[in-house]
Parts: sequence; structure tokens; C-alpha cells
Amino acid sequence: MEQQTVSWVEHLGALLEASFSADCFICPTVVNAPDGLVTITVGATHAFDVAQLLKQHPQVAMNYLRNVSGVDLETHIEVVYHLTNTTTLQHVCLKVHVPLETETMPSLTPLWETANWNEREIYDLLGVTFGGHPDLRRIMMSDEWVGHPLRKNYEPHDPEV
Amino acid sequence: MALRTEELLLNVGPQHPSTHGVFRIVVTLDGEVITDATPVMGYLHRGTEKLAENLTYTQIIPYTDRMDYVSAMTNNYVLCHTVEKLMQLEIPPRAEFLRLIVMELQRIASHLVWWGTYLLDIGAMSPFLYAFRDRETIINLFNELCGARLTYFYMRIGGVKWDAPPGWLEKVRDFIPYMRKQLQQYHDLVSGNELVIARLKGIGTYDASTALAYGLSGANLRCTGVAWDLRKIQPYSLYPQFDFDIPVAQTGDCYARYTVRLAEIAQSLHILEQAMRIFPEGGEIMGKVPRIVRPPEGEIYVAIESPRGEIGCYLVSKGKDKPYRLKFRRPSFVNLQILPKLLIGESMTNLVTILGAIDIVVGEVDA
Repeated sequence: MEQQTVSWVEHLGALLEASFSADCFICPTVVNAPDGLVTITVGATHAFDVAQLLKQHPQVAMNYLRNVSGVDLETHIEVVYHLTNTTTLQHVCLKVHVPLETETMPSLTPLWETANWNEREIYDLLGVTFGGHPDLRRIMMSDEWVGHPLRKNYEPHDPEV
Repeated sequence: MALRTEELLLNVGPQHPSTHGVFRIVVTLDGEVITDATPVMGYLHRGTEKLAENLTYTQIIPYTDRMDYVSAMTNNYVLCHTVEKLMQLEIPPRAEFLRLIVMELQRIASHLVWWGTYLLDIGAMSPFLYAFRDRETIINLFNELCGARLTYFYMRIGGVKWDAPPGWLEKVRDFIPYMRKQLQQYHDLVSGNELVIARLKGIGTYDASTALAYGLSGANLRCTGVAWDLRKIQPYSLYPQFDFDIPVAQTGDCYARYTVRLAEIAQSLHILEQAMRIFPEGGEIMGKVPRIVRPPEGEIYVAIESPRGEIGCYLVSKGKDKPYRLKFRRPSFVNLQILPKLLIGESMTNLVTILGAIDIVVGEVDA
């Protein structure tokens, strides 16, 4: 990723702080050191509203969702969305903090169609339930599979398989 | 008495030559018209990302060969490049040149496989034989370089494993004019063919905003007029030193994807020609890499342009010799999502035309 201008980070931070109260965020905006990517960490309950602002605000307008990843950090699960504005070439990484107690976050498929299968994959392999997802089924493993293989505490139900 | 009509549920695949692997799609038909389509995948799911968590970084490289097995070199590169970027390693120029040359040769080889099999899908037998004959030249070059025809395991963290053997570069040099001639022959043989045009033009059409909403990349995005190529947008490797164009088409149909891919072969040849001119005489092929590759704690997302689109690698490192989490953004998987949307309302005969034009490799869809 190319280096983002610092002013844009501040601008984005101010924009988010103006629209949302501080307790929505785990961390509003931060520049991620190795790749210079602007990262926003948000709690699961406000993920959809923040994502909607990132997509619809004319000064941000993230129209291209490139990648969705899920990471089991053992204390919580992090679902990471890599977004891009194809006109201004600005990039944002939206991290959603999903607590292990609920394992739930709102689906971002209504905003970016790309999220559809990617969220199904995360549901399948990490066990995060996406509220409002149009078609939340397992995608890689078979429907009767027990457990979510990419979880750190995963134990195979049947070691023979 | 009224004619009794009912919808027909038809299963296509997983063992079907036109699905290019073990991909299955369940279609609902009203007469010959598709009213619903449900892709079913996972038959080739090997859990690469889970396996990677128990392997050292170098041990993961051969697994990437087996994701997109038609374009293993770019897969090798994305993993090595991600780790190198997190570790801030310097790559010797000769190694980087070799990587660039094999990646561009791979792009040509991959597009040739697509071109041949796609035309085979829509009923033309001989282009397949021409394409595989010319691809064989590239495969032989790779075989000579690293001893494997498909799963190369050629790149390492910090460089490449093998230097070019004597005479290898001359063979690459000779290949460029040969391939140019062949490409012209392909155009003469197929591109203007009335039957091909009738099968491809206006089929599977979508516009740029749909393509972006579905996160399409590669030729699937460029066929709608969006000049999006990560070699230019987020330059990596030595691409900034090279002069090349991003081929685009405007119509967004299967024929547009066809023309974009063939134009990309010409651009890759153009890049190779320049690389041959400025290839460094001597030098190391491995940078200074610690004996045990241990990237610092942190995370990074790196994406490069594979023949199928954006292949990305999201790496979360906890400072160990094995990744904490390694996620691959596979272009075939993301590009395939648009398939049900394109199929609904189409005639059954166009199913293979539309699926083939997306250019999937099931090893990569399922990973």
C-alpha cells in the first residue's frame, strides 16, 4: 500500500468523531506502521453504521471492497475489511471487534456485494454470525460439519476425517 | 387440456469438463431459460490457511503452488513479497528480474490455458491444441529453470532458488518473437470468426459499477472500462521501470473479456522484451535472509496482479517462525460471486460461455 497523507487520516478521524460517539470505536483511526494503511477499529454493534458512512460519505466513498479476513485472536475475533476508493486511490482498513460471548456482527453485504461469500467463509471457518446476511450457510465445509476449523481452540469432531 | 409445465432442477458438475475442476452449480430451468443458479463449492478445500498456521514460511510456499495451479509463480510471489515487506528485506536485482520474467511468462501461459479451454468449451477444438503447444514452450522453460512443470516452488523468502541456467535467457528471448507471431495467428484464426463473435458478443454483460460492487478484479473488471491493474495502481517488484499499457474494453461482455486477455499477452511480451534488454549480468539471487525467517509482530495486506485478478495475502504475525493467521484473497473465489447474477434469465447454452469467461481455477476458489 502506498503511504497515505497524514492530513487525510486526521480528516477521516474528525469525520468519524463528528458522526459517532467515542464509545463506538475501539480505536478511531490509526496508521498501521508496516504498510501505511489507515485502520479503523470499531465495535460489532456500530460496524454497519460506520461502514455505511465510509461507503456513502462523498469525501470518503469507499466503493470497492477488496478483501475480507477473519482472525481469531483468542480474546475476540477480528473481521477485517480492506476498502478502496477507485477514484482517489485512498485505502481504509475497517476492523470489527467481535466479542466471543456473542460471536455476532452485522453483515456488510447490503453495502458491498463482495462481502457475501467472504462472510459466508468466515461464518463457516470461524463461526461468526453475520446479522442480516442474505444467505448465511457453510461454503467450504459440508453442511453437517461440526465446529469451525480456523478457530484456535478447534478440535476435530472426528479425527478420522 | 392445458399443457403441463414445471421447472426443471439440473445439476451441473462437480465432474464436468466445462467447470474446470470440481465446481458444481445447481440451476433451475424454465424451458431453456435459467431462473435460478446456486453454486456449490468446497470439493477441493484443503484448508491451506489452517495448514499454514503450523508450517514455517518457506514450507508454505509449495502450498501456494497448489492453489492456483495454472499460475503458481504469481502465488509464490505474493507470499514471499508479503513476508519480505513485513521483514523489510532487500531483494537483489537479479533475483527480482528473474521473478518478474517468470511472472510475465506465467501470465502468458495462464492466458493461453484460458484461451484454449474456453474455446474448447464453446465448441472449437483446434485452438486448444495450438494454445497448449505454445504453452508447452513456457512450461519447458520453467522445467529447465526449476525442475517442475506446474508446481514450481521457485521463489524463496529473499530471492529465488535457482539462477537461470546457461542459454535460458536466450531461449526466453527467442520465445518473444515466436509468441508474437502465434498471437497474430490466434487473432486471424479466432478473434474475427463470425461464430465466435455470435457466441460471445452481448453475452454475460455487466457495467463498471456492478463489477466494482462485486469486487471483481483482473480482466473481469477491465472489460468494463476500468483501468485497474495493481502493477500500475500499487506498483510492486520492478514494474515501475517498465513501459506497458493496461488493456481495457468497454462493453463488459464475454467478448470484451476475450479481447482484454489476448491484449494482455501482447503487453506481457512487451514487458519481457524490455526485461531482456536490461537484465543484470551477474549478482546474487538470494538476499541476506536470517536462517530462521521470523517476521516482526504486526500485520500486512499485500496484493499483486495475478492473471486472474487481485491475489492478496493478509498476514498476521506474532513474531514467530510460523504465521499466526494467513489469509489469501483468491481472485477466482471473489470473481465467481457474480455468476448467479449473470446466469439468471440467460439461456442454458450460455452457462458454459459465461462461466468460462470468468476464468476460474477451482483449486483457488476452494483453497
